[in-house]
Amino acid sequence: MADPTPPREPATMVERISPLAGFAGVSDTRLRVREIPFLRQTNLRADPGKVPPSLGLRLPMEPGTWLRSGGADVLWLGPDEWLVIGDVDLPRSEDVAVTDVSAQRTTILVAGPGARDLLAHGCAIDLHPSVFGPGRCAQTTLARAQVVLVAGEDEEFRVLVRASFARYLADWITDAAVDY
Amino acid sequence: MLLIPCPWCGPRDEAEFGYGGQAGVAYPRDPGALTDEEWARYLFFRDNPEGPFEERWNHSAGCRRWFNLTRNTATNEITPISPSGDASPPGNVATGEVGTASASWDAATGGPR
Ligand SMILES: [Zn+2]
Repeated sequence: MADPTPPREPATMVERISPLAGFAGVSDTRLRVREIPFLRQTNLRADPGKVPPSLGLRLPMEPGTWLRSGGADVLWLGPDEWLVIGDVDLPRSEDVAVTDVSAQRTTILVAGPGARDLLAHGCAIDLHPSVFGPGRCAQTTLARAQVVLVAGEDEEFRVLVRASFARYLADWITDAAVDY
Repeated sequence: MLLIPCPWCGPRDEAEFGYGGQAGVAYPRDPGALTDEEWARYLFFRDNPEGPFEERWNHSAGCRRWFNLTRNTATNEITPISPSGDASPPGNVATGEVGTASASWDAATGGPR
């Protein structure tokens, strides 16, 4: 029989490395770009007519919008699908499918007076402030990579991108940022 | 490049969509009862009009919903029909009778009508 090995401390064995670890980003007066790593993300699927109050969240029903509720940002992804960004524990229920998708995407913050032009450089949707102002979000493509764009206040945008595309997109942003 | 009106997300680039072919092609009610020829007609035979054509599209890089629209194959002019998540409208292709696609989602709630 082998010697019983002492239990190891799992936390000390794990070093969290974000998809864009080491990404220098951009930092000047016109444009700020950096990774926001490890945002907790939860995908919700539910019949919009049957969302139980016990969920504790308000869900945006208008396509392409997001709102803040229960300490989280709740994004409309589809008529029966939402993405919750924030450190919230959602109750399980018969009527809502709750899936942790935190590791699926990382987040790139693109902010500043040049942010909108930079995004428009690689994105086909109308990003004019009158159409894509604070409170709007969209699933679309940026430089041909699938992203979720989230418009916040003060020309701050979150770009949610799949982990495997993150490095490519960060390189593209760094390159395109030269123009803005 | 076409600008395709997703019933949920609004007008988007063609590159965000997948094409689903002719709309309203129903799965045969009793596939086992079909002759080989009838089965082949269901699988491979589609209308090919010059003019308005009812098609299915999937907004694969966006909301990922299926919907129908009418596209004029000669001019590419697009007329939206309705959000439709239902791929199997009534009708029986094997007998040559094709059902018309009906909206199965309520546009306001996204739930069944
Ligand atoms: Zn869509």
